[in-house]
Amino acid sequence: MSDTPRAMRQPLGLKIGSAAFLAFWCLLAAFPIVWITLMSFKSPVDAFAANPFDVILGPVTRDRGNGLSTLDLILGIAVLFFALKLAFTWLPRRVTDWSPKGQVWAGWIIGAMAYAVAFIFVFFVILPAILGVLNPILGPLGAPIIGLTTEHYQTIWVERGFYNNFVNSLIVTGGTVTISLTVGTLAGYGLARSGSNIAFWLLIMALVFRALPHSVLLAGYLPVFVNSAEILRPILGENAPTLYGQPLAVITVLVSINQPFTIWMLRSFFQNIPNELDEAARVDGCTHFQAFRWVIMPVMWPGVITTGLFSFLLAYNDYLITALLLDGTNQTMVPAIAGFFNRETTTTDQVVAVAAAVSIIAPLFLLVMVFQRQIVSGLTAGAVKG
Amino acid sequence: MKFKTFIWFVAPSLFLMLLFIAAPLTSVFLGSFQITQPVVQQVEVETCSAGFLAQTCTTDLQTVPVIDDETGDIVTTTEWVGFLSYARVLEPQRAWEAIKALDYNALMQINFWSALRFTLMFTLVTLPFVIGVGLAIALAVNSAAKALRGPIIFVSLLPFIITPVIGSLSIYWLFVGDGILTRGIEAWLDRDIAMFAQGWTIELLMLFYRVWHVAPFAFVIFYAGLQTVNQDTLESAIIDGASRWDRLRYVVIPHLMPLIVFIALIHLMDAYRVFDEIVGFRAEAHVTSLQYLTFDFLRPDDAGNRAFSRASASSMLTMLGIVVLLIPLLRRTWRDHKGNSH
Repeated sequence: MSDTPRAMRQPLGLKIGSAAFLAFWCLLAAFPIVWITLMSFKSPVDAFAANPFDVILGPVTRDRGNGLSTLDLILGIAVLFFALKLAFTWLPRRVTDWSPKGQVWAGWIIGAMAYAVAFIFVFFVILPAILGVLNPILGPLGAPIIGLTTEHYQTIWVERGFYNNFVNSLIVTGGTVTISLTVGTLAGYGLARSGSNIAFWLLIMALVFRALPHSVLLAGYLPVFVNSAEILRPILGENAPTLYGQPLAVITVLVSINQPFTIWMLRSFFQNIPNELDEAARVDGCTHFQAFRWVIMPVMWPGVITTGLFSFLLAYNDYLITALLLDGTNQTMVPAIAGFFNRETTTTDQVVAVAAAVSIIAPLFLLVMVFQRQIVSGLTAGAVKG
Repeated sequence: MKFKTFIWFVAPSLFLMLLFIAAPLTSVFLGSFQITQPVVQQVEVETCSAGFLAQTCTTDLQTVPVIDDETGDIVTTTEWVGFLSYARVLEPQRAWEAIKALDYNALMQINFWSALRFTLMFTLVTLPFVIGVGLAIALAVNSAAKALRGPIIFVSLLPFIITPVIGSLSIYWLFVGDGILTRGIEAWLDRDIAMFAQGWTIELLMLFYRVWHVAPFAFVIFYAGLQTVNQDTLESAIIDGASRWDRLRYVVIPHLMPLIVFIALIHLMDAYRVFDEIVGFRAEAHVTSLQYLTFDFLRPDDAGNRAFSRASASSMLTMLGIVVLLIPLLRRTWRDHKGNSH
């Protein structure tokens, strides 16, 4: 504080005002998400109780025999705390030590997966087993105080087959991110290094395409996709596929819709890399493509990761395109949860839908936690330069 | 970079955009002037009912679709109908009569006009709120203690990153019949409240949701912009006796102006596409948007048919709207480009 000039310091009233505003905003930002997460762990009577404390403490859920004791809470929070701490200190060191040079990203993927599996094993298998033995011995410390049940998650994931939708989501988002980035980095590099008029017009065209409502394009895709077998038969013969309902078709559509944004963003990242770097490589005898592959790409990872995050969000969050272009068996998570609405006749169904919604949010929550810095820097790089 | 190399780099992306954006766009444009219908024929059908001594038989004319003998599919024909689909979407006569009679409710009975009203209202009302709230959070975070900034940014990013359908659902569940906030307001005001029974409360919630969802995006960008404000200018403004408000008005906001334009551009594009909220709030019976209208035409009806030509017409009209909204911003970009090349 001491290095701030006195005149720049805020008067007390303003300080309190802005702190109060921030506290209010944080409450507003987090409340709906926190609240539906709480609801998803309670039995329906508690989830829609009139008294907010009943939703938090869940007396009915507890009386039905699903609850956490003081010991459960203490141990659970301790394990979570150490798991997080290890994830941010021990894991990065291990990953950099173990993975071969230049392939740290692959090491991260394997490391993160192994860590996640280990965590699930400890938290959901070992910990309950230990607590099952300890709780009856400890008397009042082991008696349940907060009602909590995972039955809705079991209903959604096991009985309603949400697992399939999750796999479909993974396929669609994985495909979209990979193809988007491959195609986008090439175009972004080309656009960043070319000052020609055509490059400018391409960017303007991309901007106009970015503005198009997606339903405009869908009206064009649907007839072609539904009748694709007939249209493609003269070219591909009898085995011509019907594109409607295929994940691959949806991936291609999502990649194309996302291209305008991807190339704008990657272009601004490439522009931050000095031109001298390519020129040096070219002097050493590289072609443009070799310079791109061996010299520019290794320093581009932050930009690629950020753009990948946004492509991921687009594909993961999409409802309009996946709802219209995928049929029931291939549906991703977001349109699938909208399908629950029709069955939502009882309060139990409603809480099951809440649990499904929380299941969809959970990966996003992790994503922000891990990649917060990239998201912020990516947004700002895209805005300030774009 | 040589032109040929440039093309090789850009080709895959360009190919995808032409095939999956430009081509559908053209086909939608053409499709909006055509109607594809099954070919029908009238056949005489004799139906006889069981009767004693003599059957009673009646013959009547029935309209049935023609079936292709080879494939077994229904034969269709595509006709060029001009602006018929547009007329069916716009219903100009009904709309004009409603306007002449100054009957607002009658005009809002027509799906397209009510969707247009909502979409424009939604886009233009949320815009100043997104910029204002985003700027306020950015200024507050910028003056907050350094240790607090990380957690605040983390919490702020959540509404932005959350799946829009799920985000609106999470707010829906708070306000649904027995949701916690409805109960709270009912207890406070001592009267019954049904947030999802009439259009205007749903619209209010949608506006709130959109500002909640986009303000963090504006915040992050403004926050980055604030880091680059010239401290010397600020200090000299202080020496010149500028108050806190003056500094904000004459130094900070002009510095952030390009970013404000950027946010406005992105927000106009995205808010105009409003769709997910309608699904999340299950508002289709009360409020729809232009994009939802097209979605609705594209969904198979009870007989399994999709109204492609009306969907094409309504999506062309939707596109026309966004182009009109963007013209001032595009002209500005064009002028900047011309200014740079001189």
